[in-house]
Amino acid sequence: MQIDHLEITALIGPSGCGKSTLLKTINRMNDLIDGFHIKGKVELDGKNIYESFDVNQLRKRVGMVFQKPNPFPMSIYDNIVFGPKTHGVKAKDELDEIVEKSLKRAALFDRVKDKLHKPALALSGGEQQRLCIARAIAINPEVLLLDEPTSALDPIATEKIEETVLELKKRYTIIIVTHNMQQAKRISDKTAFFLLGKLTEFAPTEQIFNQPVDKATRAYIKGKFG
Amino acid sequence: MAKVRESVMRIVFLLTALMSVLCVLFVCFFLFTNGLPAIAKIGPLDFLGGIKWKPESNEFGIFPMILGSLYVTCGAIILGVPIGILTAVFIAFFCPTRIKSAVEFVTSLMAGIPSIIYGFFGLTVLVPLINDVFGVRGKGILAASVLLAIMILPTIISISQQALEAVQRSYFEGAIALGASKERSVFFVVLPAAKSGVLASIVLGIGRAIGETMAVVMVAGNQAVIPESVFDGVRTMTTNIVLEMGYAADLHREALIATGVVLFVFILLINMLFSILRSKERVQ
Repeated sequence: MQIDHLEITALIGPSGCGKSTLLKTINRMNDLIDGFHIKGKVELDGKNIYESFDVNQLRKRVGMVFQKPNPFPMSIYDNIVFGPKTHGVKAKDELDEIVEKSLKRAALFDRVKDKLHKPALALSGGEQQRLCIARAIAINPEVLLLDEPTSALDPIATEKIEETVLELKKRYTIIIVTHNMQQAKRISDKTAFFLLGKLTEFAPTEQIFNQPVDKATRAYIKGKFG
Repeated sequence: MAKVRESVMRIVFLLTALMSVLCVLFVCFFLFTNGLPAIAKIGPLDFLGGIKWKPESNEFGIFPMILGSLYVTCGAIILGVPIGILTAVFIAFFCPTRIKSAVEFVTSLMAGIPSIIYGFFGLTVLVPLINDVFGVRGKGILAASVLLAIMILPTIISISQQALEAVQRSYFEGAIALGASKERSVFFVVLPAAKSGVLASIVLGIGRAIGETMAVVMVAGNQAVIPESVFDGVRTMTTNIVLEMGYAADLHREALIATGVVLFVFILLINMLFSILRSKERVQ
């Protein structure tokens, strides 16, 4: 499976089909799970991420946004500078610049510019998720992994996140796991359908939704199971 | 029939619940009725601020003892808190699962050792050690502080550990996903998130340290004067009571009870602080 530069790839499939596990393999978050086992390989720029990368450097290049918004219980500003500080940015003006740029890209800056030092947990769910996106892009990753980023949000917040994601596509390669097929259809360039832990079909999104080759894919897309 | 039994049981439960409330009220009543008149007789300023404790000449200033209690408690906190918190972090995040239950067992065992045993340990190990290393008498603030630090460790460890483990896993994962090392994630995200629980553990540790008597009396030297260095002997409020209660009479006896009142007020304030911190933690 080839993920292309500056494209949005959607991973869809019924619950338990392994799409989130695959996503978490790409930035090695699965390393945290006891007894986790990997076969095969994942390459970034042709290099195996489990062999040729320091795991923290890998996670700097491959950022992640989780299903449930998880801002840290600190101020909005501190949430965003945590990543850059981790990777050695110290100068105050540089950090300020990163905060502004990241929040702008996550379409949150205008909403929070007057309360940067207020607790992040006071934001609404949708705003928290956009803050998490801002936090992820503050370390300037190349790839963004989004693990069902809108499943905990209402439709309006979902729409805003989708707009933000489409905007982010200009700069980042995005892989999104979603349960919402309409979402995959709306924003992704390519879609991968998973079933029972196997990649069943992977093609341009239009093709997957209009002329799926596989029978199971067709049935899933028509809502016959899931 | 069933209804009668139910209301009888309800009254039984109510009475047993009232027991502990009544006990506290009785203790308060006894303390204040015996202690406050003595404070009035001695004069609040002379009692709390007086630096001379000479019962034989009717001088009852407990300022050296208040200071003594504060000194040994501060010493215990300075020594015990960093060790306790780091141990809690270790158990919660870095301890190999194989030895985790063993470490937890040992720390809970520490809490169960009677204070007189700690006192013996202090007297036979710590005091000679301080004597050897610094060439001083050994009994004093330093010995009492080290001993109290050891004694408050289990409190700080277990409550901090609970607080750390109660922090949402997603905070830790979020930090890891940003490329932070495990150490950085724990110390800069999880530990701050557990702040109020950790503070609560410290406050409870302060309560333990300030109220400890038997272990302190064995290693503190017990001179009722204001100490001038960490090696000087010191008398705390608790040890003041236990040293003299056996033979005291009249105003002397009442002054000792009044010392108990002051101690009680300290403990009350500490416990209030503790419950405020705890409720704050629950809100988060």
